[in-house]
Amino acid sequence: MPKWDEEFFIEKGLLLTAVSSIIIIALIILFVFKEGIPAIESTGFFSFLFGMDWAPTKGEYGIFPMIIGTLGITVLSLLMAVPLGVFCAIFLAEIAPSAMRKVLNPTIQTLAGIPSVVYGFFGLVLLVPFMRLQFGGTGFSMFTASVILTVMILPIIVSVSEDAFRSIPLEYKEASLALGATHWQTIKNVIFPAAIPGVITSVILGMGRAIGETLAIIMVAGNVVQIPSSIFDPVRALTSNIAIEMGYATGIHYNALFATGIVLIFMIIVLLVIANYLHYKKKVTMGGGYL
Amino acid sequence: MEYRIEVEDLNVYFDELHILKDINLKIPKNAVTSLIGPSGCGKSTFIRTLNRMNDMISTFKMDGTVLLDGEDIYNPKVDVVELRKKVGMVFQKPNPFPKSIFDNVAYGLRVHGINDKDFLAQKVEESLKEAALWDEVKNILDKSAMGLSGGQQQRLCIARTIAVEPEVILMDEPCSALDPISTTKIEDLIHKLKKDFTIIIVTHNMQQATRVSKHTAFFLHGEIVESGLTEKIFIEPEDKRTEDYITGRFG
Repeated sequence: MPKWDEEFFIEKGLLLTAVSSIIIIALIILFVFKEGIPAIESTGFFSFLFGMDWAPTKGEYGIFPMIIGTLGITVLSLLMAVPLGVFCAIFLAEIAPSAMRKVLNPTIQTLAGIPSVVYGFFGLVLLVPFMRLQFGGTGFSMFTASVILTVMILPIIVSVSEDAFRSIPLEYKEASLALGATHWQTIKNVIFPAAIPGVITSVILGMGRAIGETLAIIMVAGNVVQIPSSIFDPVRALTSNIAIEMGYATGIHYNALFATGIVLIFMIIVLLVIANYLHYKKKVTMGGGYL
Repeated sequence: MEYRIEVEDLNVYFDELHILKDINLKIPKNAVTSLIGPSGCGKSTFIRTLNRMNDMISTFKMDGTVLLDGEDIYNPKVDVVELRKKVGMVFQKPNPFPKSIFDNVAYGLRVHGINDKDFLAQKVEESLKEAALWDEVKNILDKSAMGLSGGQQQRLCIARTIAVEPEVILMDEPCSALDPISTTKIEDLIHKLKKDFTIIIVTHNMQQATRVSKHTAFFLHGEIVESGLTEKIFIEPEDKRTEDYITGRFG
């Protein structure tokens, strides 16, 4: 017989809030699957994923160019953001005097708080004309979108990597310096290798943000459904596809947009699993493992 | 007697805190010198002054001179990297790198630009033998150093230190995290190493000081109360405070 006291109600109340947030997420995912699967069924799994043509008026729903668009934009932005972010993190964790860090850290965090529409607007007004002048074409391109995304994912990469560098025990650093290593040799040979799992986690989190970003990309990527022949060609991302067409889609077209969402959910889940695995592995390596 | 390190009128401050006060101490060559005294008396700060590890702390200030083989190590022209090659350090907590046993010992040589494989292998073997660890690890050199026991890790740290052939080895309570058997092994090792190296060891364990060292300095509240031959300090101390400390009346 449970006691109907304060303790009981608080415990059950907490349980209820925890369970309800899980149920809400589960219901959303269930709904996305329910609405998306008919499109995959009618188009066929392979012709949906690997089909080259997206023509809702002709009943063709192939999302391969958009998968390439999303991956292309993501990879390009990571190529720019990872070196920039990791070196910035090394600088902040190891070299910057504390006064400088007090200015730089909040500045970088502010970058993370700016709404994506502001980035998109900035890109549209400044970056797109600049790209048009420099590289020709319309200026709307995979590259333009990547540049905007680079700035957007930089704060995640910097802050998570910086934490990784900071969490390396001081004893390693002291041991290395006491053996006559220079500061840079210590960073390169001891601190960086020990922080690699954390750095990879930061990259994956940045990648997740890049894959999920919608608005800023719509505003600068050009949104043409095609496999780009150069990085200066316009592309459409998976997220953009949903946002652009959701206003007027009906029937299978409507289902196909949800199916696009399923593909996105899978991409993000895979990344999160990898990130969690590395986080776990990091704890193991610190304890008794081996780099 | 020949001295390797001569400290004259050394004062150390962290911000406004006066940690070490007018320290004068001479460290004899190729012998073991113990630094004893209660926690917080400045022993660790003192030995970290000898290889300039305190430079890492932004509030560190010092005056006075520290001579190594007659040369002032705080002279602005001194290369700190070269100094730390000559003055190695073993820390309180065994701190091997999360790398293989081989790479731990080879680390110091590699950062000094030595990459010849045969030479590295030979040097790693010599150092591990000198640190009395070779027989235990010769078949697992490519395994992680983190898998070794605490005592083995500490001997690995000593091997890593002697691989770069320092003149002086500073040991900051090297046995405080170890069991009695591992402690005995480290003490035996210290006896063996004193032929080739000048050793300074900080210890809380008075028996250890009498067992391993020829000279002892007693620190209290940032000052050296008494220093000299270990036997003399432990058998007929001149200062009342030394006597109180070694007989266990405080500290």
